[in-house]
Amino acid sequence: MKLTRTKTFKAFAAPAWSNNPINMQMLGICSALAVTIQLKTAFVMTLALIFVITGSSLIISLMRKIIPGNIRIIVELGVIASLVILTDEFLRAYYFEISRLLSVFVGLIITNCIILGRTEGFAMSNPPHLAVMDGLGNGAGYGSVLLSVAFLRELFGSGKVFGVDVIPASFYDAGYENMGFMLLAPAAFIIIGLMAWLQKYLTGVDGKDQ
Amino acid sequence: MVELVSLFLNSVFAGNILLAYFLGMCSFVAISKNLNTAIGLGFAVVFVLTVTTPVNWLIFHYLLAPGALAWAGLEDMNLGFLRLIVFISVIAAMVQAIEMLIDRFSASLYSGLGIFLPLIAVNCAILGGSLFMVEREYTFIESVVFGFGAGVGWMLAIVAMAAARIKMRYADLPYGLDGFAITMIVTGLMAMGFMLFSGISL
Repeated sequence: MKLTRTKTFKAFAAPAWSNNPINMQMLGICSALAVTIQLKTAFVMTLALIFVITGSSLIISLMRKIIPGNIRIIVELGVIASLVILTDEFLRAYYFEISRLLSVFVGLIITNCIILGRTEGFAMSNPPHLAVMDGLGNGAGYGSVLLSVAFLRELFGSGKVFGVDVIPASFYDAGYENMGFMLLAPAAFIIIGLMAWLQKYLTGVDGKDQ
Repeated sequence: MVELVSLFLNSVFAGNILLAYFLGMCSFVAISKNLNTAIGLGFAVVFVLTVTTPVNWLIFHYLLAPGALAWAGLEDMNLGFLRLIVFISVIAAMVQAIEMLIDRFSASLYSGLGIFLPLIAVNCAILGGSLFMVEREYTFIESVVFGFGAGVGWMLAIVAMAAARIKMRYADLPYGLDGFAITMIVTGLMAMGFMLFSGISL
């Protein structure tokens, strides 16, 4: 059996591309866009989300047989909220500057529909190793969209990639100007709309069939 | 008074919680397919935001903020790190309580709003409202105005979007652009329009 055919690989690959949580399932957009002005904040946000989603999938999946059915949402939210608080406190303690830039959006990971959706929809009914791969895959799918949007906005908006100037000075001398519009909120909506279009066009089918 | 009106207008238009801060997008995309449901959910969000933001203000300033427990003789206590988990529990509890109250006193409102109320507990706009209230250090009155304004702004955006999507049904879009993609692009154009209000000052 080839690696790409295994169930474990599929649990990772499907949400990372063909069933991408943002572009295909339209989940988790809330926090996705606000942090995409710079790659740095988008990158930290991606790491934070991957940590929370993988951790909560693993914990819920381990506990899935002992959680009573009718209070499962509260248990899931409790696990997610605890992991988010850990992340938030960690960022505050060691990377204060970035945590200030991310402001309330780390806290809003709690209400990110991707995480509750995956714990409720996948981790509750699957063994831990699949749940972890599913969490990683969703995190990667979310992160890839976030980082692409942030890359475009930072490159065209302020002429930088990860805070390093990449547009040569001679371009500016020749009359090139940074596109201030890219730094404003509407640009994020439009970029993500175009990316969803591109992805749907490339995959060719409604992601859910795969 | 003028500052309060200005804060209200800012939270409805230029600082719209959906179009400028991207909060509440999930239900925005899902619910804006239908105009009547959008209006119902909009009212529910206005209601819940107006109630939960001040309630969370009271809880934060009398229980959680650094030194807030001075009235209990615990000056050095700082429970600020608990605010995420407390806010989300308060929101869930308030939503539940409001649902029961409406059910008891107004059957017609309940049948209109009822199904949307549980959805609201996980709407990022509600938690975002409380977190912004802490971060921007609003006073109590300001938190009431901000909660109400943010709710009205969210409702305005979703109702406008639902109305626009009715018209879009007749548009012949290229493959892949229909649905989510065009919704986001139209939202972007709408956000541009709302940003123009940032020139208003009282």
